Amino acid sequence: MRLMNISKLLLISTAGVMSAILSLAALGADSLKIGFVYVSPIGDAGWTYQHDQGRLQMEEALGGKVETKYIESVPEGGESERVIRQFATDGYGLVFTTSFGYMNPTIKVAKQFPKVVFEHATGYKSAKNVGTYVARFYEGRYLAGIVAGKMTKSNVAGYVAAFPIPEVLRGINAFTLGMRSVNPDATVKVIWVNSWFDPGREREAADVFIAQGADVVTHHTDSTAVVQAAEEAGVWSVGYHSDMSKYGPKSHLTAATHHWGDYYTKVAEEVMGGNWASTDIWWGIKEGMIKLAPLNQAVPEDVAKHVAEKEAAIKDGSLHPFQGPIKNQAGEEVVAAGTALTDEDLLKMEWYVEGVEGKLPK
Amino acid sequence: MLKIEPRPQPSKQMAYLSPLIAVGLTLVTGVIFSLLVGLNPLSAFHAFFISPIDDLYGLGELGVKAAPLMLIAVGLAIGFRSNVWNIGAEGQLTFGAICGGGLALYFYEVESAWILPIMILGGAVGGMLWASIPAFLRTRFNTNEILVSLMLNYVAILLLSYLVHDPWRDPDGFNFPESRLFSDSALLPVVLEGTRLHLGIIIALIAVVLGWIFVRKSFVGYQMQVAGLADLAALYAGFKRKRMVWIGLLVGGGAAGIAGLCEVAGPIGQLLPSVSPGYGYAAIIVAFVGRLHPIGILLASLLMSLLYLGGESAQMDLGLPSAITGVFQGVLLFYLLGADLFINFRVKITKTVATRSVGEVAS
Repeated sequence: MRLMNISKLLLISTAGVMSAILSLAALGADSLKIGFVYVSPIGDAGWTYQHDQGRLQMEEALGGKVETKYIESVPEGGESERVIRQFATDGYGLVFTTSFGYMNPTIKVAKQFPKVVFEHATGYKSAKNVGTYVARFYEGRYLAGIVAGKMTKSNVAGYVAAFPIPEVLRGINAFTLGMRSVNPDATVKVIWVNSWFDPGREREAADVFIAQGADVVTHHTDSTAVVQAAEEAGVWSVGYHSDMSKYGPKSHLTAATHHWGDYYTKVAEEVMGGNWASTDIWWGIKEGMIKLAPLNQAVPEDVAKHVAEKEAAIKDGSLHPFQGPIKNQAGEEVVAAGTALTDEDLLKMEWYVEGVEGKLPK
Repeated sequence: MLKIEPRPQPSKQMAYLSPLIAVGLTLVTGVIFSLLVGLNPLSAFHAFFISPIDDLYGLGELGVKAAPLMLIAVGLAIGFRSNVWNIGAEGQLTFGAICGGGLALYFYEVESAWILPIMILGGAVGGMLWASIPAFLRTRFNTNEILVSLMLNYVAILLLSYLVHDPWRDPDGFNFPESRLFSDSALLPVVLEGTRLHLGIIIALIAVVLGWIFVRKSFVGYQMQVAGLADLAALYAGFKRKRMVWIGLLVGGGAAGIAGLCEVAGPIGQLLPSVSPGYGYAAIIVAFVGRLHPIGILLASLLMSLLYLGGESAQMDLGLPSAITGVFQGVLLFYLLGADLFINFRVKITKTVATRSVGEVAS
């Protein structure tokens, strides 16, 4: 027992000396160390993959001035606090926590490390050293909806969704509005799989839609299962997060894709320049955080032209996807003509627009 | 010629040596693996086993992860010793978290020293209630408690998911599936300043002592051990099987329920759709690596916890993928099961053919 204690002490003290040397070395080089916390494996498509693409783009843009590390598959909740804190203690000056469930742990750690800058994606709590960022995913959804509305023959689309939170509801509603802007008969069915990543259930849900006559399926979940299901069944699909066309070369119409690289580069530059301040960023198509993936070759020229016009309109601000008149499921007008939903209303969205089938789980 | 033959009695030496051999072989495998992928084995070793615990906070984290594993495994081991196979610790943990965490939400913003003890009691009762379902079905209808307890895991997790999606959702939380944050009086106190190490570790250590007393000193513990070793002999001696099933499941369930409460009232601080990264399953491994003995479980839970933390720091220091943790845990268990063979068996080097013939001539 005593022997164990002594050897443990020795180990701890050597390790202490080593880490002291390491941190001295880190002081010598004056590059900014940036940590990323990912909720799933990077893989080759999806939410985390896009964040990692952003990290790589930032690294390339800033060359040797930054040094990045990531930890993948970090469970949300209590587990993540250790990982976030580890980055802060290891001398990282900037930490991106890229999933909603990291919100409370990020705030907790940030309190203990006031000199470290934290950026949390998709949450609603910020602090002096915690900024938040999220993209206007719904803008991409609206455009993808236009493509789907033009291509569908059965006028029924299927939407595999994760959780009934405002972000997901905005996507469903924007997609539906986009579809019905060019095809007033179109309806959208929704299945909730209650998971961000569950290829088995995503696949099952897509198969159910196809069996029920949907000829376009899309998803707000992380895997490529829905696109693959559509490819096999010979119906259209709309991807999400990443351009998923390689998983459905024939079926993949387009995708609403995320691009975090410009923002990551900007934040890193600000932190290095000492002029960073906590903000709540909500960028969209205009800033390039959201893009529409290249359209399938089967999409006719006039449709592509129409989509491009709408994209330009969103960019210059003349079109807002949630522009009135908008009716809810009961057919009541909730957004009057000439007005659009405010950001505050969008953040709290808790209802379906007309054209979505089924009841919203409460 | 090598021959494996049964030992007349299980080797006590090997029972203690086998985990050490397994750890040694895992290290050797680690070195070979590091060399193959071009890593310095020393820095890999450092990243895996030293850097996670090279400061006070790291040691605290070791305890934060080890506490639930220890507590659940000690409880499960009591059932396992008498062949009561409770695979439902994950569900019992979850239901304990629901009951104890529900109390925290019910007493939201009530300041009282009574809230925590009530919550801990709630966690224990919740875990025991959930475990009483397989116990009742087993003793009344002779169902298989492995299947019943396992399937109830999914039921408990879905129940929690329903609660945080609807009735217990944070009213100010923008519809995100989470409960409110517990108020301060409903959070476990930190026992080591500057870390996240909470009261749960003390509870787990008390459980280890209680588990040891139960196994070594109590008559029921003795009866259960006999039943595990020789069921018929126990029946012949008049030990009541049904009572053992109830005790085995209730103790395991109660321990898991408290562990679940300690998670939500400790590091998490609220109810989320998922409150455990699989502690209920990992504890089964811990119980067996620890030889179903409380002291062994104490050490095994620390080792499992270290392997997990090591996986994270290996990602951070060496850029290894997260799957590497799973690989090392698998390798360790593989060697452990392999080395366990030698507790009940020994290798005998049989004489060569030539010497045998000489012997035959001599006789």
